[in-house]
Amino acid sequence: MLRYVLKRIAYGALTIWFIATATFFAMHAVPGDPFNSAKAATPQLRENLRARYGLDKPVGEQYVLYLKNMLRGDFGISFTQENRRVNDIIREHFPVSAILGVVALLIATAGGIAGGAVAAYWHNRLPDRLLMMAVVLAISIPSFVIAALAQLLIVQANDLTGRSLLPVAGWGTLSHLWIPALVLGLGTMAYLARLMRSSMLDVMNTDYILTARAKGLGNWQIFWRHQLRNALLPVVTELGPTIAAITTGGFVVELIFAIPGLGRYFVQAVQQLDYTVIMGTTVFYGAFLVLIVVIVDLLYGVIDPRIRLHGGRR
Amino acid sequence: MPLLARAVDAERQRITLSLATEPPSLDSALATDQISSFLLAHLMDGLVQYGPDGSLVPGIARRWEAREDGATFWLREDATWSDGKPVTAEQFVYAWRRAVDPATASQYAFILFPIKNAEAVNRGDMAPERLGVRASGSHKLEVSFDKPCPYFAKLTAFMTFFPARQDVVERWGRAYAADADKMIFNGPFVLERWVHGARLTLKKNPRYWNQAAIKLQEIDLPYITSDPSTHYNLYKDNRIALSPLDSSTLSDALARGYETHLFDFGTLFFLEFNFREDRATRNLALRRAIQSVLNPSLLVYKVLGLPGIKPAYSLFPSSMRAGGGVFSQQYPPPRIDYDIEQAQRYLAQAKQELGTIPPLTLLVGDSPRAVNEAEFYQYVLKQSLGLETRLDQQTFKQRISKMRRGEFDIAAAGWGPDFDDPITFGDLFASWNENNRGRFIHAGYDAAVRQAQQSLDPEVRLQAFDRMQHIVSEEVVIIPTYENVGLYVQHPQLAGVRRSIFGGDPNFRYAWVEP
Repeated sequence: MLRYVLKRIAYGALTIWFIATATFFAMHAVPGDPFNSAKAATPQLRENLRARYGLDKPVGEQYVLYLKNMLRGDFGISFTQENRRVNDIIREHFPVSAILGVVALLIATAGGIAGGAVAAYWHNRLPDRLLMMAVVLAISIPSFVIAALAQLLIVQANDLTGRSLLPVAGWGTLSHLWIPALVLGLGTMAYLARLMRSSMLDVMNTDYILTARAKGLGNWQIFWRHQLRNALLPVVTELGPTIAAITTGGFVVELIFAIPGLGRYFVQAVQQLDYTVIMGTTVFYGAFLVLIVVIVDLLYGVIDPRIRLHGGRR
Repeated sequence: MPLLARAVDAERQRITLSLATEPPSLDSALATDQISSFLLAHLMDGLVQYGPDGSLVPGIARRWEAREDGATFWLREDATWSDGKPVTAEQFVYAWRRAVDPATASQYAFILFPIKNAEAVNRGDMAPERLGVRASGSHKLEVSFDKPCPYFAKLTAFMTFFPARQDVVERWGRAYAADADKMIFNGPFVLERWVHGARLTLKKNPRYWNQAAIKLQEIDLPYITSDPSTHYNLYKDNRIALSPLDSSTLSDALARGYETHLFDFGTLFFLEFNFREDRATRNLALRRAIQSVLNPSLLVYKVLGLPGIKPAYSLFPSSMRAGGGVFSQQYPPPRIDYDIEQAQRYLAQAKQELGTIPPLTLLVGDSPRAVNEAEFYQYVLKQSLGLETRLDQQTFKQRISKMRRGEFDIAAAGWGPDFDDPITFGDLFASWNENNRGRFIHAGYDAAVRQAQQSLDPEVRLQAFDRMQHIVSEEVVIIPTYENVGLYVQHPQLAGVRRSIFGGDPNFRYAWVEP
């Protein structure tokens, strides 16, 4: 077990190094630099700026310096937010994205599992049909449309009732959280519902369910004790990448609901070629993803006794 | 719950607004963008300010005097910082030295270049102490020039000229002005809170020298997003007191019967030609052919179709003021004949001189409007002249970078004024200007720019500007296309808001909430 964990951590570190290196060189290959602004910089000013940010050194040297600083956990100072450290940006804004992501994930998981189970239970009947229609819609409509629509609905609802049922945008209280989290989790919820449904149906046709039925167990008991629990496994498998995707992929939702998450900074940084913020957030997200995947791998062994991590005898 | 506050509160004289982006920096020496300029205009006072009608009014300077070789500013003695310390001439000297110091790497250092030795200091050839500005006593500021600068007083309203406190700057080092508690204010408001990416709150500054004139007690900015429809939705929900409109939200605003307002940004959009050796656009006949078929009014009325946007015919926007009046009324833009036959004659001449004309690279931005515009140009050039164009669509930074390196034949560009004098547009095409990205070089034009920069005679300057706009048109340096305007809705109870191109916009200094 320990060897397995160590091996995974070593692979993880290698992956992060690869991400960091690829991002570094890709970024420097993009035309332009962070100092391109509407007003042209004099050659003098460009030199002053490049010196201030250490871009006057050869790329190789910059790379080494950057890796060294990264190992110390220092991502440098933002190019566009001239007085802010990238570490501070991540520290202040990642928790916002994470809170939003976790709530979205809870909503998505609960809704997805319940929806999938309900659809499978009434397989090919009305609830199933309706749910699967909703699933197709939720998967195929892009989140910026759903987010904009949801916001419009809040405005209309507040307008009609003449009260502030829910805030239109912003951040800071619990009431600011629900709609953005629901919108963010909606796609995942639909995906999980479909996965859960097919997994349930697979289980339904297995021998042990047949056995249970033959033993005279009631529908509900079979559903609850055998079908549901066994069907959950593929869903848990999917959760790893989903957690990472949801906690990092909220850019559009953060933008439309004016939420100060890290996703917005990341996209902004790419648009503005803010080298240090791009590097910092990419490596941070990369590391986060690697970490989640490792954790999920380890969890498998806990959830499913058939999986053994150390390859010992069964 | 303060976050769910209404757009305006008459009793507490409090308003709520939104921001498009987080201010990148509130360090007045480093700030370059509109958001920072808007915030600093409420937090800081410079030597002079723009009054309601756009004229200069006293700020920290009670009065001033401009001469050929310099200027003197007499500072008011009752101005203090938010911690109670007096605002002194020495703090201006410190701030200006810091802004031109190469170690600061200020992108707006150039705006101080009329001051003696500023360029040399910025190049690193001289110590910042050699900058031509000194405090003569605590409330008198003496500035000396390299060359006469008739518009210097107007410049000092710009944020790079704001004073700075050495003790505060040095205390925080690179983190200076990165948080509300790491800066200090001498303006009508103080920054009470700055939650990055989320919220800024401005409170009235009780120590402001002119605080009797300030009615608003609080300006809260709890929403930061670049999504335009979010701002409009917040406005509809009565959460913010002012929201910009775009083509998609305008129709809804009109349908709801909101009163919509127009604001002239004074920004010029144009097509810029590349004059580098290897470019076909270096050929005058080709440029004239293109000029004769691209009619800005077609673009504005048939393609852009947004109320308020005006077709442009001159290098100087139609609202630009000069010599005590509006420049375009005293010196109307040169006439251009939109004539296909004439265009084809020019084209034939160009073909004779160039041999064949290769497909022209049209460098444009990536916004929906930029794409519409580009397709219009492409269509017109193809239909009327048979010219092939290749669209090169780029994000803002990359477009600017390509323009700088000269990788275009024709580029769609824009320019906003930094201060209230036509020279802010006029010197764009001087041979030495880094923003002259097409590398247009013309001795007559350079001479006109020098004259406008240095002459103290307003009439001589106006004539120089007129020469510039004629050269730009005759040599087809650029084809002006349109002047941009902003459309917005504003809460009916909110009064006294000033929209001004210069000195931070919108300006709520003298605003109030009506009961």
